[in-house]
Amino acid sequence: MAEWWDLLVQPLQYPFMVRALLAAILVGMVCGIVGCFVVLRGMAFFGDALSHSILPGIAIGYLLGNGGRGPLFLWAMGTAVLVALFIGAIAQSGRLKEDTSIGIIFAGMFALGVALISTSRSYSVDLIHFLFGDVLGVAWSDLIWSSILGGGVLLVLLAFYKEFVIIAFDETLARTLRLPTRRLYYGLLILIAVTIVSALQTVGVALMLAMLVTPPATAFLLTRRLPVMMAVSAGIGALGGVVGLYLSYYIGVASGAAMVLVCTAAFIVVLLFSKRRGHT
Amino acid sequence: MPHPTDREPVHEPKAPIVSVDQLTIKYGSALAVDQVTFALQQGDQVAVIGPNGAGKSTLFKAIAGILSPTTGFVQIGGSQPMQHICIAYIPQRSQIDWSFPVTVADAVLMGRVGRLGWLRRPRAEDRDFVQTCLRHVRMDGLANRRIDALSGGEQQRMFIARALAQEAEVMLMDEVMSACDVPSQEEIYRILAMLKEQQVTIMVSTHDLDDAAARYDQVMLLNRQLIGFGSATDVFTPEKLKQAYGGHLRLVQTAQGLMVLSDATCCGGGEGHQHG
Repeated sequence: MAEWWDLLVQPLQYPFMVRALLAAILVGMVCGIVGCFVVLRGMAFFGDALSHSILPGIAIGYLLGNGGRGPLFLWAMGTAVLVALFIGAIAQSGRLKEDTSIGIIFAGMFALGVALISTSRSYSVDLIHFLFGDVLGVAWSDLIWSSILGGGVLLVLLAFYKEFVIIAFDETLARTLRLPTRRLYYGLLILIAVTIVSALQTVGVALMLAMLVTPPATAFLLTRRLPVMMAVSAGIGALGGVVGLYLSYYIGVASGAAMVLVCTAAFIVVLLFSKRRGHT
Repeated sequence: MPHPTDREPVHEPKAPIVSVDQLTIKYGSALAVDQVTFALQQGDQVAVIGPNGAGKSTLFKAIAGILSPTTGFVQIGGSQPMQHICIAYIPQRSQIDWSFPVTVADAVLMGRVGRLGWLRRPRAEDRDFVQTCLRHVRMDGLANRRIDALSGGEQQRMFIARALAQEAEVMLMDEVMSACDVPSQEEIYRILAMLKEQQVTIMVSTHDLDDAAARYDQVMLLNRQLIGFGSATDVFTPEKLKQAYGGHLRLVQTAQGLMVLSDATCCGGGEGHQHG
């Protein structure tokens, strides 16, 4: 018992671990909740594309801001919102298939990001941080930024919850109820974009999708109603973050990858146990 | 942002509840609905018959104000449908993701959202009203069931309850009877009779000519153009049926009456309809 306690408490003597844990919980919860809509609307590819497409924004913010956090977040956010709206517009109308168009933007933007970062002297280290996250390097200012963005997302989601649920479940109903479906749709895209920005430092652009999709998918298998699904998903996301962080501390694997792997393991366990229930 | 209820126009008492005038809808260059004109009075119940691709769903969506006419227009109680929240479109089952994690009561409550307004949570009255709507379709016992555990007939009745929760005065039911077994169909006909008393105007698209003739006041024969609209005796004539179904239809005179053999229905193969 005492040893267990020591294992849990010992890392907390380092302030960077405390900050990392707070960031992991925050990101796990926000991604877990917003991710429910990503999963239910089948927007996983959109989420992945969007998080990768932010890379040039991060790169510009990083190069211009000399490592300052404010410019980084603002540039990332501006890019995220623009790309979300652009992809949204393409998805609504277009001559190519939706996933083809998204793929072109996704890959092009990602390449632009890599190219920009490659002009920096500390190229490979920076790139790895942006791709896979650097939760151990989270500063208090990052935490504040993430809380503001994540909190804002949750507030908006709560305020328009019933409308978002309707456009996710039955867009035709939304239109006969004369809800502004297009604005709600773009609103949802922007919420996903801001969520991604708030989680950038913790998991990075390349692993972002896992935090948006895996905890909600696990919760989907366990629950019957959306509010419960969101709560369970938030819990799994936060727990996955914390457990992953401890694993990373003790085993010495990359923190973002550890968090994702814990969530994946939870999903597999739940999948095996819920198999009997199937789709009933 | 104003909420829909704030600007919903009042129905003009003299105007027909549904008025469709020279309605034409094109998807690109494909003609889905061609110069259709008709009017419905409050409480009318119409069966819409026509082969697949005849434009039944398109017509419904235009009446619901979801699709804009290419030319011509639709009016609901004397004004444009886009402003009304009193029109319910009951979707085909295949258009819904049944794994969506909501209960029957949750799904029916969505019909109330049009009357709630922004930032408002459903009140106790709304939940009570949902229960009442579920009682009307005899599903109050299933309120807490997840929607993927419903039978085909129950799924349709749930959507009718949602339309009731929406306080719809016009209900457009797309293939509501397909995927229903006979007891479920009887239950839906009981609900239609109840809606008749409440003066709800109803259009049902169906492939079943027999039921269309026997169960509805009026039938509409549609194949992009309006081929016939009125009583079944006037509309289901061999000439008009042939016009609607074209080469896909054969009419056979039997001892029981006129037999309609059509291969243009959803199942695609030689389905028989009898019409006496």
